[in-house]
Amino acid sequence: MKYDRYLNPDIAAVPPSGIRRFFDLASTMKDAISLGVGEPDFITPYHIRNAAINSIVDGETQYTPNRGLLSLRKEISWYLEHRYQTCYNPETEILVTVGASESIDVALRALVSPGDEVLVPEPSYVSYSPSVIFAGGKPVGVETTQETGFRLTPDKVRAAITPRTKALILPYPNNPTGGIMEKADLEALAQVVRETGIIVISDEIYSELTYGGLQHVSFASLPGMWDYTLTINGFSKSFAMTGWRVGYICGPAEIISVLNKIHQYGILCAPRQGQVAALEALRVGRERNYEDVTHMRESYDRRRRLMVDGFRSMGLECFEPLGAFYVFPSIKKTGMTSEGFCEGLLNAKKVACVPGTAFGPCGEGHIRCSYATAIDKLNIALDKMADYLATL
Amino acid sequence: MTKLDMDLLEILREDCRLPLEKLAVMTGATVTEVAEAIDNMEKERIILRYSPTINWDLTDRERVEAMIEVRVTPQRDMGFDAVAKRIYRFEEVKSVYLMSGAYDLLVLVEARTLKELAMFVSDKLSTLEMVTGTATSFVLKRYKEEGVIFDTEKSDNRLVISP
Repeated sequence: MKYDRYLNPDIAAVPPSGIRRFFDLASTMKDAISLGVGEPDFITPYHIRNAAINSIVDGETQYTPNRGLLSLRKEISWYLEHRYQTCYNPETEILVTVGASESIDVALRALVSPGDEVLVPEPSYVSYSPSVIFAGGKPVGVETTQETGFRLTPDKVRAAITPRTKALILPYPNNPTGGIMEKADLEALAQVVRETGIIVISDEIYSELTYGGLQHVSFASLPGMWDYTLTINGFSKSFAMTGWRVGYICGPAEIISVLNKIHQYGILCAPRQGQVAALEALRVGRERNYEDVTHMRESYDRRRRLMVDGFRSMGLECFEPLGAFYVFPSIKKTGMTSEGFCEGLLNAKKVACVPGTAFGPCGEGHIRCSYATAIDKLNIALDKMADYLATL
Repeated sequence: MTKLDMDLLEILREDCRLPLEKLAVMTGATVTEVAEAIDNMEKERIILRYSPTINWDLTDRERVEAMIEVRVTPQRDMGFDAVAKRIYRFEEVKSVYLMSGAYDLLVLVEARTLKELAMFVSDKLSTLEMVTGTATSFVLKRYKEEGVIFDTEKSDNRLVISP
């Protein structure tokens, strides 16, 4: 039976993720070293896992409030205030969601009316543009380049704004480039927001992973920007909790209550044990000055340096990433496309990377390599990539 | 101890074959600084040696290991140190720890055969005048050592590629 006529053509027309094809290729290959993994190589700290186990044993198996456990929202509020100088009322301005992904989805569905435009920096995380389309809007790519550290520049944002522009997605520290936005960069962007009144959806999921002594700056902490910002964060990257699916979104009460309406009818609540674990992560993190987070960040930082040096030693141009756990070297000098390079590398050397084009057309000429992998494997992968380059 | 020392120890405990150049890159120090730091830690006996973690069960070598709980009479002025010293000098002994709790010293012993190990306990260890009692437990299977899990089952549950 043909189902075409049943399916929503707008959704059917969205191409599958560019990552999918490489996943299928790499999954069949035994002994491949993958630099394509977009999640930490740490497992969730024991005390966090144990908190969830105890909660199950104690029979805490019911729904939580729609917005999430109040105790968790209070900890989130404390965390954001003390870590990033942004204040959110736990009762009305914080919504706990199923991963940061659901936050992005509900934010877009609450804001976007048919035909509204949402600015999406490129290269960036694969879900933004499809989520805008699913919400009935039109994603408008805003190019970022290596020359400007993959930062979002105000002139490019300004040029992309039309009367239909509703919001801007601000994904920093950035996946896949590792780019960050420093305070001065954000201030320049804030000026555009003041002039145009667009809403900023600031996805700060990698906020704990910044390097070179640079602290993450939250967009909502800038003067006057709180009113225009929805801040998204979560536990996946900072506390190595990807599989638990707990994230959150914060913003003005009036907006959060509409987001909660979608969340309440669609999801009801984020899984209870994930919330209990998240609560433990923040509570103990606060008591121990986030030592687990620091330990992970330092470990990533050593590997980050190793990778940047490795690519540069191969003669590849490699932007120094200052956030997340990815490097995004340029393979332009090989004359190959990103897809061609990654496929050739996988077939010839069994090293899996993700082509830059999976993150938007302007990712062409780059590959994303995650360094959330053991050092010995990173070294082997670097050696193999150098061998591969020599054969080209 | 400097931050560099700690960083180096973190890296070396995972892989001590990394060349100085890579260690320098990873820690953001110069090759000279790294070499000096390692040299100092060797001199101060913070780093004692660079040895692989071996899964002997996969080799042809016959080998038995035992953990022996030893109760001793501490000696005047010397405490347990003198006894420990007598014990750790035996070449069969791989590790010796002073313990809190029901016994005093925990002695890890390695020998080629069960008989050899039994002889060690009866002839060498039990006959020491300060030793008042021993309890020997043989190691049947080793699961994890120095942070390395011996089982070959896949330990990375992550998707090969994810966004």
